[in-house]
Amino acid sequence: MMRVESGVRPRLEARIGTSRTMVYLTPVLAVILTMACGSILFAALGHHPPAVLSAFFIQPISSVYGLAELTVKATPLVLCAIGLSFGFRANVWNIGAEGQLTLGAIAGGGVALWAGDDAAAWVLPAMILAGLLGGAAWAAIPAFLKTRFNANEILTSLMLTYVAILLLSYLVHGPWKDPDGYSFPQSRMFADSALLPLLSTGTRLHLGAPITLFLALGAWWVMARMFIGFQIKVVGLTPAAAGLAGFSVKRLIWVTLLTGGALSGLAGLFEVAGPIGQLQPTISPGYGFTAIIVAFLGRLHPLGILVAGLFIALSYLGGETVQIQLGLPLAVSGVFQGMLLFFLLASDVLVRYRIRWDRAALPQEAG
Amino acid sequence: MKTSLIKHIALCFGAAITAAGFSLAAPGAAQAETLKVGFVYVGPVGDHGWTYRHDVGRKAIDKAFGDKVKTTLVESVKEGADAERVIRQLAASGHKLIFTTSFGFMNPTLKVAKSFPDVRFEHATGYKQSANVATYGARFYEGRHIAGLIAGKMTKSNVIGYIGSFPIPEVVRGINAFTLALRQVNAKATVKVVWVNTWYDPGKEGAAAKALIDQGADVILQHTDSPAAVQAAQERGVWAVGQASDMTHFGPRSHLTAIVDVWDGYYVARAKAVMDGTWKSGDTWGGLKQGMLAMAPYNTAIPADVRAMAEKAQADIMAGTLHAFAGPIRDQMGVEKVSAGKNLDDGALLSMNWYVEGVQGKLPK
Repeated sequence: MMRVESGVRPRLEARIGTSRTMVYLTPVLAVILTMACGSILFAALGHHPPAVLSAFFIQPISSVYGLAELTVKATPLVLCAIGLSFGFRANVWNIGAEGQLTLGAIAGGGVALWAGDDAAAWVLPAMILAGLLGGAAWAAIPAFLKTRFNANEILTSLMLTYVAILLLSYLVHGPWKDPDGYSFPQSRMFADSALLPLLSTGTRLHLGAPITLFLALGAWWVMARMFIGFQIKVVGLTPAAAGLAGFSVKRLIWVTLLTGGALSGLAGLFEVAGPIGQLQPTISPGYGFTAIIVAFLGRLHPLGILVAGLFIALSYLGGETVQIQLGLPLAVSGVFQGMLLFFLLASDVLVRYRIRWDRAALPQEAG
Repeated sequence: MKTSLIKHIALCFGAAITAAGFSLAAPGAAQAETLKVGFVYVGPVGDHGWTYRHDVGRKAIDKAFGDKVKTTLVESVKEGADAERVIRQLAASGHKLIFTTSFGFMNPTLKVAKSFPDVRFEHATGYKQSANVATYGARFYEGRHIAGLIAGKMTKSNVIGYIGSFPIPEVVRGINAFTLALRQVNAKATVKVVWVNTWYDPGKEGAAAKALIDQGADVILQHTDSPAAVQAAQERGVWAVGQASDMTHFGPRSHLTAIVDVWDGYYVARAKAVMDGTWKSGDTWGGLKQGMLAMAPYNTAIPADVRAMAEKAQADIMAGTLHAFAGPIRDQMGVEKVSAGKNLDDGALLSMNWYVEGVQGKLPK
């Protein structure tokens, strides 16, 4: 169908030579804009904006305990996001980190339950290994379907998330249910030897945090210095060039999905062997999905993801603090987080593209 | 395990102590400082169900004590690693009484309670207590019994649809209490159960209701918190029984009644006990008699004789002459679980994981 449209019409045009500085500055710009608009929102709700911003961003981390909590909250986000970033760099769209996280928790938690009260030193390393393998195994399914049948990994990985959550639900309602638990859906508490050691008394900061930091640095090394990192980037940026260079796209699909799955699985294991201490129907409040936001907020760069993970974690802690201290409803935190993403994406577009106002009457394809 | 069970049952019987003390007496005059009371909710306050009713209880504390209390709520707290942080933050910020209103908050509540011996904790629906952690719940199954009597008289298709959240004892107990009463008045009626694996998801709940109606159900029961099932019943012209709060205005034609949670009295009594320095740990499992649940106003379409039967059952339960789990009770296999003249005891009720005769399908285990 053809129709004629007249008047001024905006159009996006790619900028030539996007400023590198601006690419790194956009997250900062987005944060500043969010703070500004958030302040207007808080003022409109009858609150003193500096007090709300302080409760949101400063009070949660004004103590050692708060900093430890921030780290505990950021750990699974950062782990999943780093895993996802490998795939995203190579145009492999794994949306199922939540399911891979759940499988890691099931596999690692299963080892803990099987070992029971046995205080052997091998239990925890075995759990970590099982967590890595569980997550990787779950990601291997979309990898196989993609490489063998060219099935869209966005769909398969997402659908497998629900399968994983139902599998966990089945296990804690059924075979792994605590026999002393009045039929409530939860496993036994793990033995002390199956829990991650705490790094600081009076906090929940566990061994998973430094491991995550180490893995973030390792991921940076892989992407920046190793051949496989180079291949991932080439495949993502110019698949044709990768083909000419003889890089195997299939191999990269396997590598990125398995790595992503393993890291998400580790995140799940850290949750159950860390702050939770048992298997239960809800392990993650959606870390695997939030990690997608974290990965992009961090520019798919391991160190950027580290910062982004801490920032998003802080926004959750802040959301709790403003509820407790100021009585602001949870929805306000949600709006605030939404604003942040909106500004991030908007400034991202505007840094890469410019808006052109076309003044013409053009025949136009509509539909 | 044995000792803890016995202790638990003992606590249950001792519960009436706290329940009996429900009164709106004036708060202690010598109370100088404000008591800060914290609430941790698993859902949004606007869920029209479970969390909403706890928030009504919170407001009752505000109303009863005015300036002498300050209540704080944190909503939609997930039952994972987050719960412990929220509970700890409330305890650390001067809240001396903290209600955690979901089963999944049990272990985090106990962990935090260890580090704050001078803060009192109240955990809804759990089974582990400590010196400063009390537990409480309501005998909602008593309301299910009354709903069963009404449904048995109102159904024409003799198929009842029941939307379950999770196959935990609380929900299974509700299904069984309902089914026993249903078949007392209508031996031909059976119950179909659909598990939605969520407490609150209007989309899933509505879809489950429609699926059950498509299978011939003409009365829909729910053990989930949104009014979606009542709305679906209204749309399709079948009956529904609401959950947690009076859901009449979501389906005025279809809403037979609802089993309404009433925490107001307990919350006010417990806050007062903290103010007076008489708070003690324990377990409270109150029913219709203690006012921890109530039946929402009956639909005017219910015939007078059915209404009278429901009202009599309520009076008998309150008087203690009627028990929802009075024998003989047979399970799905026809095996007698309780003989005539006996009632199922609280221990068996608290860990119930089998269906009574008349429920279709297998209980997921």
